[in-house]
Amino acid sequence: MKIPLVLAATAMLMGGAARADCAFENDVDVKILAAAFEAWKAVTDAMAECGNVQAELDQEFRTKQPAAFAANPSLYQIGGVSNGTITPLLNEGTIRPLDDLVEKYGQHLQPNQLIRINGEIMAVAMMVNTFELTYRSDLFEEYGIDVPTDYDGLLAAAETLKDAEGIDYPLGAMTKSGWDLAMEFINVFQSSGEPLVNDDSTPNINNETGMNTLELLKALSDYMDPEFLVSDSTYVQQQLQQGRIAMANIWASRAGAVDNEAESSVVGKVETAMSPIAPFGDRPVATIWWDGIVIARNISDEAAEAAFRVAMEGMDTEMVEANNDAAVWLIQGYEPGRLAQGAIATATHDPAPLSYPSTVEMGLMHTALGNEVAAYLTGSRSAERTLDAIEASYSTAAREAGVLN
Amino acid sequence: MKFRTFAAFVGPSVFMMVVFIALPLASVFVQSFQVTQPVIERIEVESCTAGFLEQTCTTQVKTRPKINESGQVETTTRWVGLESYANLLQFDRVWAAISNGEPGRILQIDFWRALRFTLTFTLVTLPLVVGLGLAIALAVNNAARSIRGQVIFVSLLPFIITPVIGALSIRWLFYGDGIVTSWLETWLSTDISVAANGAAVEALMMFYRVWSVAPFAFVIFYAGLQTVNQDTLESAIIDGASRWQRLRFVIVPHLMPLIVFIALIHLMDAYRAFEEVVGFSSQAQRITLQWLTYDFLQPDDAGNRSISRASASAMLTMIGIVIILLPPLRRTWRDHKGIS
Repeated sequence: MKIPLVLAATAMLMGGAARADCAFENDVDVKILAAAFEAWKAVTDAMAECGNVQAELDQEFRTKQPAAFAANPSLYQIGGVSNGTITPLLNEGTIRPLDDLVEKYGQHLQPNQLIRINGEIMAVAMMVNTFELTYRSDLFEEYGIDVPTDYDGLLAAAETLKDAEGIDYPLGAMTKSGWDLAMEFINVFQSSGEPLVNDDSTPNINNETGMNTLELLKALSDYMDPEFLVSDSTYVQQQLQQGRIAMANIWASRAGAVDNEAESSVVGKVETAMSPIAPFGDRPVATIWWDGIVIARNISDEAAEAAFRVAMEGMDTEMVEANNDAAVWLIQGYEPGRLAQGAIATATHDPAPLSYPSTVEMGLMHTALGNEVAAYLTGSRSAERTLDAIEASYSTAAREAGVLN
Repeated sequence: MKFRTFAAFVGPSVFMMVVFIALPLASVFVQSFQVTQPVIERIEVESCTAGFLEQTCTTQVKTRPKINESGQVETTTRWVGLESYANLLQFDRVWAAISNGEPGRILQIDFWRALRFTLTFTLVTLPLVVGLGLAIALAVNNAARSIRGQVIFVSLLPFIITPVIGALSIRWLFYGDGIVTSWLETWLSTDISVAANGAAVEALMMFYRVWSVAPFAFVIFYAGLQTVNQDTLESAIIDGASRWQRLRFVIVPHLMPLIVFIALIHLMDAYRAFEEVVGFSSQAQRITLQWLTYDFLQPDDAGNRSISRASASAMLTMIGIVIILLPPLRRTWRDHKGIS
């Protein structure tokens, strides 16, 4: 299909000759495939300074990566992954343990960056991503609203701001039908601390928490643009930048854009706070994600060594100092900026939000939610039937994938 | 023509059709009756994941595919008969909906929802494409020679634009605060949300399809109009036939084979509608059969894809096209044999 290719932002960066910024001169060809967002651009640009580095930043990476890494030799030496997309690489055994390389070249890494599976280091994280409440502090002040710490407070704030001057809608959300809407459901559900899938792979959503989650999503949608089912993260970012909404619980990696003077009309008027807590839960409505690098198994040890050294150069303090606000970095030298405060408050709340689970079942559940939740929000199906449908849709897919009998 | 010459001309094309169409089709057919799964093992895994300040390590039972000695995922393939078709059609839910006296609930099942929309989409756009194409052709044919070139160019534009780009430009006119929507909002002084309304999205998708395909019908009809017998037309005028009667009794019968041709092509294309769903992000409101197949094939973050259901869905789409093409094909066949 040509459509995803058209939509995919593909950026190719060719590394020229080694520059002084890199500690060593790399003479082995190193290719990296990662997602296309600001933080990866910063890291791959820094890697390219070592020479012979070719970076491909592509939003279709999740489709390409498993097949490309399964090839022998692997088509890429380095992969950019998150805790969601590392699953197929781990399961198919196409990435290598990094303990030796970390010992040799990664002594400066923080223990927090080393992603261990059964004791072996399988990935090195560079940043965390989570959600934060992004709100217009000027409007909150004008209407005398305290920053909400739970969703009852958030709904009350939305009610107050319903007719506020200058904005179209009090609330924005990343609720585009499909992946985004499913993410929203997962965040709200996991505020309860319960898993969406049980240990025996059976679904755990057809219960009170599932019902509460759906009802909260519906209550929120009353304060949003009626076109909320086509609203993805870029759309919410633009709504914030153009001052059309007063608040949104969004990806921390998106918040920085509100201070971009070229695009935003609300520079300096936006603050961030912890993602509020759902009325039925005790954790912020968020999941914790990390992004980082993995090294392919199907390459020579020399190539792996060169790739790892290049990756370390890309993830060094120098890079963080130059791109401090591009992400919530885990790398030494990071100084959290004003718009990262909310994300940090979310991540450090006690009890902390759950990490997005790296499991086969979670992928199936994510798809089932993405396909079924919208019918409830458009009003064409009741909440009970929607939960039944999610359960049925998940079970069919899980049986087909062989994880459920 | 000698058989040898004939074979030399046709051979490469037959070969290509076998390799690129027949074999994949046979493979999809077989896969729709099979399920291929990795051999799953449940093991306890301790995983440590990054937090902002510290790691959280959890020990959990995880399902993982077994890796064999050569480093590949071990898979098993078994025959499941019509199971994938049953998962797609969900007859149990269909019967339940009917026996509860709520047939509307059938449309909450993805396949039936997609089928309902695909059929409506195909059958509504068909007469519009043929009608609009014919209208443009007649208009151009009757336009003064001096402006004909420009008119043809303008009419062909929608056909030249890449489908996704065309869909996106119409989306941007209407979605959110699009130009047309803003204009309508000021004019009617109400708030309009096109994307929140299923029927409006459906209408936009059809509008886009007619807008982008009508030029194709126009080109064909315009060529056909050049071959209308002028003597017949003149004698019709002498007999006192009105403009409408000339169209009805001389021009349309002459163009009939072309109309059937356009109908065939359009039915095939529209039944496989896909760009509209992507361009208008209509998943929440409307989906098509082709999009359903694509959605099954698209891997999720954990790398799962539903090959078997995708194959079944593709086979059903093909069967649907064959059924929908039968009436025009029968007509062509009758004409071909000279029976009327």
